[in-house]
Amino acid sequence: MTEAGYNFGYLDENTKRMIRRALLQAVALPGYQVPFGSREMPLPYGWGTGGIQVTASIIGADDTLKVIDQGADDTTNAVSIRRFFNRVTGVATTDRTAEATIIQTRHRVPEMTLREGQVLVYQVPMPEPLFRLEPRVAETKRMHALADYGLMHVKLYEDIARHGAVTTSYNYPVLVNRRYLMSPSPIPAFDNPKLDRMPALQLFGAGREKRIYAVPPYTEVKSLDFEDHPFKPARADAACVICGSRASYLDELIVDDGGKRHFVCSDTDYCASRPPLQEAAE
Amino acid sequence: MISAGFADPAQDSQRSFRAVLEAISRPGRIFALPPLAEPPAPLRGALASVLLTLADADTPVWLDAAAPLDWLRFHCGCPVVAQPGAARFVVATGAMPALAGLARGTEEEPHLAATLLLQVASLRAGEGWRLTGPGIEREHRLAVAGLPADFLAQWAANAAGFPRGVDIVLCAGDSLACLPRTVRIEEAG
Ligand SMILES: [Zn+2]
Repeated sequence: MTEAGYNFGYLDENTKRMIRRALLQAVALPGYQVPFGSREMPLPYGWGTGGIQVTASIIGADDTLKVIDQGADDTTNAVSIRRFFNRVTGVATTDRTAEATIIQTRHRVPEMTLREGQVLVYQVPMPEPLFRLEPRVAETKRMHALADYGLMHVKLYEDIARHGAVTTSYNYPVLVNRRYLMSPSPIPAFDNPKLDRMPALQLFGAGREKRIYAVPPYTEVKSLDFEDHPFKPARADAACVICGSRASYLDELIVDDGGKRHFVCSDTDYCASRPPLQEAAE
Repeated sequence: MISAGFADPAQDSQRSFRAVLEAISRPGRIFALPPLAEPPAPLRGALASVLLTLADADTPVWLDAAAPLDWLRFHCGCPVVAQPGAARFVVATGAMPALAGLARGTEEEPHLAATLLLQVASLRAGEGWRLTGPGIEREHRLAVAGLPADFLAQWAANAAGFPRGVDIVLCAGDSLACLPRTVRIEEAG
């Protein structure tokens, strides 16, 4: 049951309809940013108001919601958003990636391969991938219209010339369905390959910038690169101290005053669902 | 007497929307909508539900039948326009209006395009066209009865204009399937 005084999903029906229309156009235009009339939400910008509005417009009584922030379900941001949806929809929530039908995320893609029937909703602070290179909105619109992304290629190539490699490790730009340049949101570049031909539907909401975009299932998502410098997602060369994984994305923890470092899986559900390391194996 | 709309607007429109969202995300796959008690003839359940879910005062609608106009105005409050080219939602229960005459957006704003809600005689999965493109792992098969003979030529022209173009929601009874402008359609071989 939802608390009295709220419409289901908090948003009024007019707002949901407007966002739903934008979502359908976004799916029909993979990677293209559809403007929408973003609403004030009872959480401040920076707390994922775009993602929240997308989730609020799609969620139904039969859904099971998971919310992660940097891969974890128990951070303040994730807990607040989960509580919010529990209050305004009454839907079931979960920490288990496999059980969720909607996963709202900030800064990570779950390690587990998502399946058909799941929807991944990204919170996006800045939807425009060309923003740092071209601040004029009219110019970026023109570039997207012409698929003129030379500016981004030049920027990446300058990186390679100066540092021997692309230094972008977060929010690494992708080309969707060979047409639109898209920001994957500030996920690590390590996660970029998971976007490619994912069986689940991916929706992106930017509240402050009032943009919605989407990647349909099984759609090509290619990280920009060069023949002589192919895209190489980076990962700390270490194993998780809890589960021993050498495949997952790791967070670095400083565990004592001497500066001793440990690495643990950023995706806490992935880590918890693996058998724990035997002490003897250490 | 205007027949009823959704019994529970918030829940019913959410269920219908998710079916449409899944359908446009997986082109050519057929999805059943919750049946509507009293769709206004000649609209059948799926088409009427899509209108209740998506149309409102911000979406000009063109309709090829006069009978449901009062129902549409009462439940959706949408402006009804005389030319299909001026509509956000183009509703056809009879002959399909030419795709080239509908709003297709601009190169810079391709989202300002019309969606054609087309009621057809039947939809069948597993036979007929071969569909490929975003949303489709390998191929989807879809057979549609009740389209104009030159539909595939019109569709090829529509798809060639990407990102400009019309998206189509094919409705039959309580079921629907979508053809977003990205989908490639080949005749059954
Ligand atoms: Zn681990």
